[in-house]
Amino acid sequence: MEKTLAGIPAVSMVLDDQDASVPEIIRGTGHLPEMRIDPIGLFHRVRAECGDVGQFRIADKNVVLVTGSDANEAFFRAPDDILDQAAAYPFMTPIFGKGVVFDASPKERQQMLKNQALRGDMMRGHAQTIEAEIRRMVADWGDEGEIDLLDFFAELTIYTTSSCLIGKRFRDQLDGSFAAIYHQLEHGTDAIAYVDPYADIESFRLRDEAREQLVARVQGIIDERVTRGTVAREDRDLVDVLISIDMDADTITGIFISMMFAGHHTSSGTASWAMIELLRHPDVLADVVGELDGLYADGSEVSFQALRSIPVLESALKETLRLHPPLIILMRLVQQDFELLGHTIPAGALIAASPRVSNRIEDDFPKSDEFDPGRYIDPRQEDLQNRWTWIPFGAGKHRCVGNAFAMMQMKAIFSVILRDFEFDAVQPLESYGDDFSKMVIQLAQPAKVRYRRRSVGAR
Amino acid sequence: MSLRVIADTDVCQGHQLCQGEAPTVFGFDPEADVVVVLDPIPDESLRTEVSLAVRYCPAFALSMEED
Repeated sequence: MEKTLAGIPAVSMVLDDQDASVPEIIRGTGHLPEMRIDPIGLFHRVRAECGDVGQFRIADKNVVLVTGSDANEAFFRAPDDILDQAAAYPFMTPIFGKGVVFDASPKERQQMLKNQALRGDMMRGHAQTIEAEIRRMVADWGDEGEIDLLDFFAELTIYTTSSCLIGKRFRDQLDGSFAAIYHQLEHGTDAIAYVDPYADIESFRLRDEAREQLVARVQGIIDERVTRGTVAREDRDLVDVLISIDMDADTITGIFISMMFAGHHTSSGTASWAMIELLRHPDVLADVVGELDGLYADGSEVSFQALRSIPVLESALKETLRLHPPLIILMRLVQQDFELLGHTIPAGALIAASPRVSNRIEDDFPKSDEFDPGRYIDPRQEDLQNRWTWIPFGAGKHRCVGNAFAMMQMKAIFSVILRDFEFDAVQPLESYGDDFSKMVIQLAQPAKVRYRRRSVGAR
Repeated sequence: MSLRVIADTDVCQGHQLCQGEAPTVFGFDPEADVVVVLDPIPDESLRTEVSLAVRYCPAFALSMEED
């Protein structure tokens, strides 16, 4: 029962949804098979063929994809009771568990912000924590060696997000195996979930096993805390608070997964891509290293500087985010008929904005495929000038609430590693890429780089 | 020519970083959890502070215009 949305052009089909290569469970689901293989090609084609408002179909849902400033603004300004975020991501439900919402309402988010870990005045402590975690990760690096960017940054950001958002004692009970298990959760986000989030496929089985393993670990941590008895108020972390209200391990695990989820693969991917783009643009890398050497020449602390302006590095990070936004599509379920640029989008449809497509609109970002940190320098300021199309963090009330934290974390990471080490690609620069086969995009492996400790005199 | 500050309270998330940058220009309404512009046409001497507040607003809720 295909519903057509009058007046909104539909994108072409390039992959026959009945093709023998399409897994049986998603045959006949419109553009879903293509979205599983080449989502970026699909989303760009919607804009190329349909303009600012186009549509494609996944299973029984029409998806209206908006791009461009006016359509994006209408999308991002719509209230939650009209465009609902929580219902639009079925692939997240099995990961968070039942009863743990995908995202809090803007009102709840604001309350969380006031009371919780992302508050502005908590940032100094977080900056110190992050610096310590990076130094801990590179402590056994020696003078030279090789790392895989995905393995390294995915593990580092497990430690930083868990320590800053949940608590230091919790973080100290984690090791590299936790990051490996967590990765299976992120990997369990095949778009097949739009048909059945519990379909019998391998990545979903691994996802569910990973979640069970995490619950068992959290149960172990809870048991230890209970045996040990109460600790002084100032030593309590979120684990103690949740135990004290008799929450079970499954729910606590779901809350932790959801708290860490938004900050983990996003930060990990951005750090990796920033490194790759700097290696691809040695002139920019030299400018960034020069800036950092100058900033820290007086011995100032990373945790101090990371909270302050580091303009050249910031521009490189912003340009990395524009070209490689960690989320390529942001979805909402239309709860009430929604007027958008003269079209009435009926309740029940999905509507989406694409950071990947909007961030590369040529009119807003000249030579949009080129890495050019100069875009953010006065007076161009292409991020502020295009606040509804420069959207690596989304926009409006739902704009990523952790973006200041994320930028601080990136500044701290690169302050430490670029002052102490030099990096080289160990594979062709064009061979680094993303794996788009899951809704949570990760760096494709291998993504190896070589490091060598800088001599102090080189600074 | 003078500087004018605009806050979009539909977009503000209440991070309050702007208050740190320019406390005489930006205040906070604790009831509504959003920014309040105390001084919509700030003195030229505050330009640097105001532009930092605009640039680092985590919600992109602030803008500056030249009148």
